Amino acid sequence: MGIDLKTVKHISKLSRISLDDEKAKKLEADLNSIFAFIEKLNELDTKNVEPLTSIAETTLQLRKDEIKSTNIREQVLKNSPEKNKDFFVVPKVVE
Amino acid sequence: MTNITDLTLTELVNKIKKKEVSSREITNAYVNRSEKSKKLNTYITDNFENALKKASDFDNNPNYEKKLPGIPIAVKDLFCTKDVKTTAGSKILNNFIPTYESTVTENLWKEGSILLGKLNCDEFAMGSSNETSFFGNVQSPIGKNLVPGGSSGGSASALAAKLTPATIGTDTGGSIRQPASFTGTVGLKPTYGACSRYGIVAFASSLDQAGPMTGNVKDCSLLFDVMCSYDIKDSTSVNFKRKNYFKELNNSIKGKKIGIPKEYRVDGMSKEIEDLWQKGINIIKDSGAEVIDISLPNTKYALPAYYIVAPAEASSNLARYDGVKYGFRSEGKNLIEMYENTRSKGFGDEVKRRIMIGTYVLSSGYYDAYYLKAQKVRKLIKNDFDEVYKKVDAILTPSTPSSAFTIGEKSNDPVSMYLNDIFTVPINLAGLPAISIPGGHDSKGYPLGLQIIGKTFDEQNIINIAYAMENQINFKNQIKDWWI
Amino acid sequence: MDLVSKDQNKYSIKRENNEYEVVIGLEVHAQVLSESKLFSTSSTKFGAEPNTQVSLVDAAFPGMLPVINEFCIKQAVKTGIGLNAKINKKSIFDRKNYFYADLPQGYQISQYKNPIVGEGTVILDLPDGEKSIGIERLHLEQDAGKSIHDIDPQNTFVDLNRSGVALMEIVSKPDLRSLEEVNLYIKKLRSIMKYLGTCDGNMQEGSLRADVNISVRKKGDKDLGTRCEIKNVNSIKFMQMAIDYEANRQVDILEEGGKIDQETRLFDTKKNETRSMRSKEDAHDYRYFPDPDLLPLEFTDEFINELKKNIPELPDEKKKRFIEKFKLSPYEANILVSDIDTSKYFEAVIKKSDIKLSTNWITGELFALLNEKNLEISKSPISALNLSKLINLIKDGTISGKIAKSVFEIMAVGDADPQKIIEEKGLKQQSDPKELEKIVDKVINENQDKVKEFKLGKDKLFGFFVGQVMKISGGKANPQLVNDILKKKLK
Ligand SMILES: [Mg+2]
Ligand SMILES: [Zn+2]
Repeated sequence: MGIDLKTVKHISKLSRISLDDEKAKKLEADLNSIFAFIEKLNELDTKNVEPLTSIAETTLQLRKDEIKSTNIREQVLKNSPEKNKDFFVVPKVVE
Repeated sequence: MTNITDLTLTELVNKIKKKEVSSREITNAYVNRSEKSKKLNTYITDNFENALKKASDFDNNPNYEKKLPGIPIAVKDLFCTKDVKTTAGSKILNNFIPTYESTVTENLWKEGSILLGKLNCDEFAMGSSNETSFFGNVQSPIGKNLVPGGSSGGSASALAAKLTPATIGTDTGGSIRQPASFTGTVGLKPTYGACSRYGIVAFASSLDQAGPMTGNVKDCSLLFDVMCSYDIKDSTSVNFKRKNYFKELNNSIKGKKIGIPKEYRVDGMSKEIEDLWQKGINIIKDSGAEVIDISLPNTKYALPAYYIVAPAEASSNLARYDGVKYGFRSEGKNLIEMYENTRSKGFGDEVKRRIMIGTYVLSSGYYDAYYLKAQKVRKLIKNDFDEVYKKVDAILTPSTPSSAFTIGEKSNDPVSMYLNDIFTVPINLAGLPAISIPGGHDSKGYPLGLQIIGKTFDEQNIINIAYAMENQINFKNQIKDWWI
Repeated sequence: MDLVSKDQNKYSIKRENNEYEVVIGLEVHAQVLSESKLFSTSSTKFGAEPNTQVSLVDAAFPGMLPVINEFCIKQAVKTGIGLNAKINKKSIFDRKNYFYADLPQGYQISQYKNPIVGEGTVILDLPDGEKSIGIERLHLEQDAGKSIHDIDPQNTFVDLNRSGVALMEIVSKPDLRSLEEVNLYIKKLRSIMKYLGTCDGNMQEGSLRADVNISVRKKGDKDLGTRCEIKNVNSIKFMQMAIDYEANRQVDILEEGGKIDQETRLFDTKKNETRSMRSKEDAHDYRYFPDPDLLPLEFTDEFINELKKNIPELPDEKKKRFIEKFKLSPYEANILVSDIDTSKYFEAVIKKSDIKLSTNWITGELFALLNEKNLEISKSPISALNLSKLINLIKDGTISGKIAKSVFEIMAVGDADPQKIIEEKGLKQQSDPKELEKIVDKVINENQDKVKEFKLGKDKLFGFFVGQVMKISGGKANPQLVNDILKKKLK
């Protein structure tokens, strides 16, 4: 299964990583060699195999419904590249 | 007295407890050596001033009951450390200062240890040579222009160069064991769920585990003992009865059954690796353990499955780096442009490559063919191990298919780079513990590692086997301080 | 022009040659009533200062991990039981991946292939009988934060207080056919969840929102048309407006020989129209996969049975009981059970009072009062106890129904005891036959001409005499007695 340039551009859009044409071509080549290697899996018949969704040998721990976090707005906003006293700030979103 | 930095972790702990040396003296020694070793590029952020202050604080008010009393330790820069910059080797976190501490590092500090600094690593732990770091590649003390391995390359290099008495790394597909193997040090990848992932920058959530990296097996048991804890803040942390891994360390492996999987004898494996493995087998036999030939038939599918699962999880885990809450932002005229600029400038090529692979394998129409398929293969690989563990107590393999390579040698060929992890990846997929110990040197004098794989939560057993083998192997790292 | 049938139950859109049926399915997002969020320990309280209820987990800091809230799980299971639905003993949390300013993780933790609750039903009471609406599933997921676009002309501000709040997404089958059914369906869901205490149903505060899926098809067609999804509509009125607009838009396209594009649309409440959300379209591939930070959620039978045991009587059962035990009409029963607080109020009143009178007073006077003051019954200015007393005073003849209404008005100001009001204001009914006879005699004497007319056959004048007696008595005369006496005297 080959990956073409159009697909590369589509996944770059989905992953919100812009690529110029040169980078896209390089990536196309890389992905094709990686997937050629991945296609090895097609040798295996896995029709009746249960997928392994979690490797941790335990059950889901449940937490009590208690408020433990306090107001840490200052901490939460501290590292933001753009913020004001109350909010994170991003370029205008038009809907 | 010998050089402080030549002492092992446990020797330092003993000396400090006997008051033969102060925390300040130890910390000073490592700070001085680290200062002289900038050429290796092991540190991203040093915490020297703070560490020296804390060492003095310890000396003024010592508590010798602690397991790591006043011991300075530098850690991989993937662990979030409160008030100390944490970058994950990426430009996108270049200026990120956590207000919180990872559980594993918290465990170290609680036992009296002191943060020496944050060590270089492959960007978001994606790499096998430490060449993907935004902060530049790390030099291995083993030889000029040699890679230390990756992704915990800064950790391995700093440890081998004695810039820290011990360190911790993370291992998603071999990132502790492969650099340990390349630098002649000991590295343990614990069972998935043994060490908390809370506060560790995530790469692939179902594979990531933190583990100790040390100069010898005894140190490894001590550090693992401190790191390992059940944590309610991590839903995948397992609440099992943890041992006192340090106290229960012994070197008797008489009667143990050790499996030798034939599928690890891969095409084109060098004679040197063959010989190393045979040497390990002989040592085991000589120590009174039984060697049993076993088969792990799906081994060859592990790496392809890994290169679906890990990038898929990574593509989602790294979506949070979007220039909004923290880290680097590159402006754009609208939100989407800001995202695209931030992420294309903030991530390096390897990270972007893996995000793309991950996005692709999860995208509509491909999920079943790739992601679901990989999960099924994962099940088969796990089944392989379950099956052989009915017959054996542990498994012995080489840690890597080759010794360290030179910087730039493989950086343009992703697949040949990925093949480095061929012996380590199946263990992460199956969630098992494995330890790499130095087994000898190749003809160039570069270290080669042996890997002992255990059953789930059977760390004590593989640590003990490693301890017994270490004794027989009597490996000595031949490091001349060429960079100083 | 558009012709919408007036009979809402036969809602259809008619054009020159064709009649279209409108097919509606709802995805209701109901906020789980809980103290803390689904995967973090921050508060869910409404109305806090921006970003003050945000933990490191909610803001998706590196290395932060989700830990699930047990109570939210129980709330979802309880709701599932209330919807007569299958509880799945194993469910899985997935990541739904997309980028948005108020989605800090870059994914929403939701449930995709294996939801916590499977198929169920909700019964609607329509004027011509009951209709069963299928529930496809109920799953748990995280809410996103809030993007605020109107403070700054250049920028969008992000508040993450809601980020991570637990939502139940309740997906109906495409079984709804009219605006009225949508209205009843939402009200019924809300009623059930309020009975269960799993969601407060407050639409103003965003505790209940819906995505509306609409398609149209020619009357009689078997296959469903292509649907459009209208995102995040937050009132029943807007839902109805959006459906009406969207259904007509689709019919227009089909009438012109066009094709409907499956898409996500937005309802503009100012312009009263729906429009395409293009931003959603190019990132439509959500790349769902099981969240590796969480394990599957698994239940034992005991866990489910324990919750089942504690499920309160729900509106459908309660209605049945009201009809059977209290002999209410289905209509009355419906009104009284639709809201849990109303039913509680009703049951408190009838504990000590006549059922028939109580029903009439609650559905009549009390509802009118609450309506006028725009109050919930839980905030009623007249307590159930005092209303019950008032009803007893009517029943035993102490006051007339008419006086009772004025007493009720006084009670409405400060929930005073009706007995006291009657005593203080001297409103007690005059039931002494001798006293009343005196007044009747007075009226007859003073109106001899009218008496004559009456006796000649002008029956209608009887009311005049009653009125005069009541007037003289200040409205306090027992009307039954007045009637009896008048009849006797005028014979
Ligand atoms: Mg929806
Ligand atoms: Zn939803």
